[in-house]
Amino acid sequence: MRVGAAEAQFHVLAVDDSIIDRKLIERLLKTSSYQVTAVDSGIKALEFLGLNDEEDQSDIAEAPSVSPNNHHQDVDVNLIITDYCMPGMTGYDLLRKIKESKSLKDIPVVIMSSENEPSRINRCLEEGAEEFFLKPVKLSDVNKLRPHMMKGTSMEDEGNINEGKAMEDIQTPERTRTIYNGFDVLS
Amino acid sequence: MDRNQLRRQVAHMRSSLIEQHYLDQQQFVQLEDLEDDSNPNFVEEIVTLFYKDSSRLFQKIDQALHSVPMDFARLDDYVHQFKGSSSSIGAIKVKNECTQFKEFCLAGNAEGCLRAFQRVKHEHEALKRQLETYFQLRRQAGMAQRS
Repeated sequence: MRVGAAEAQFHVLAVDDSIIDRKLIERLLKTSSYQVTAVDSGIKALEFLGLNDEEDQSDIAEAPSVSPNNHHQDVDVNLIITDYCMPGMTGYDLLRKIKESKSLKDIPVVIMSSENEPSRINRCLEEGAEEFFLKPVKLSDVNKLRPHMMKGTSMEDEGNINEGKAMEDIQTPERTRTIYNGFDVLS
Repeated sequence: MDRNQLRRQVAHMRSSLIEQHYLDQQQFVQLEDLEDDSNPNFVEEIVTLFYKDSSRLFQKIDQALHSVPMDFARLDDYVHQFKGSSSSIGAIKVKNECTQFKEFCLAGNAEGCLRAFQRVKHEHEALKRQLETYFQLRRQAGMAQRS
C-alpha cells in the first residue's frame, strides 16, 4: 500500500549494455524525480522483474515475483526503458518477453536506439512499445514518459485528480529544473 | 583572477570547444544542465567513465585489428559501441571518425581500418586534453556548484 500520492515515486527499470548510457539515462530519470534501477542486460532485467527462463511463475508457490492478490509483480516497476542493440537478448527480444508474460505485459516499455531505422521502429511499436527514442536520449524525451506511467500502475485511480498536473509537467520547459515530489509541483 | 573572470573563461572555452566541433552543443550543454547540488560533478564523472570504457574498447579493437584474418564483424561491433558512447557525451569529432571507421569495417578494408583507428585515437586524445583543461578551469571557477 502506498503511503500517499505525495510520497510515491515512479520506478523505472533502465536496460542498457553501455555503462555511459546507463549513467546518462539514470541521471535523466532521477532529474525527473523517478526512482531508477539500471541493469546491463535483458536477462538481468527479466531476473529483476522476477521472470526467469519460464514464461510465468504464477503457478509456482515459492515464486517471489508474483503477488497472490493481483497480476502485478512484487517488484514495482512502472516503466521499462531499454536499449535496442544489446548482445545476447536485444531490446526487442526483451520487449517481446515482457508482452508475452501475464505478469509483466502491462508494464509500459520504451525502446532507445542510435539507429533511426523506420522498420525497426515500426516493429517495436507493433510489438507494443509505447515510444521509441533516438539516442542520445534527451530530457525532452524523458518528459514524454510520464503519461505512459500513469497507465500502468495502481495509481490509476489518482490519475484523474493529477491529470492536470501531469500535463503541466510535460509543458515545463526543459531547462527549468522543476523539482516535484510525486504529484506536487514546486516552482 | 576573480571568480567572474574565471567563469567567463569557462564559458569562452565551452563556446570554443563547440565551435571547433569537439563537442556537440545540445548534448554537452544538456549534460551540464543535469548537474545540480546533489550531483555537482556529473559531467566530469560521465566523461571519466567514457575514458575508462574507451580504453577497454581500444584494447579490443586493437586485438581485432591484429587478428588474422582481420575480424571485421567484431571490429564493427566494437566501433559501434564506441560511437554510441561518444555520441552520448557529445564528442562529435570522435563520433564522426567512428562513422568512417565503421564504413571501412563494412567494406572489409583492412588498410582503411588501421588508418581509421589511428584517427579515432587521435581525436580521442585531442578531446581528452581539451576537456582536462576545461574541467580544471571549471574547478577553479567554482563551477561545480550551479545555481
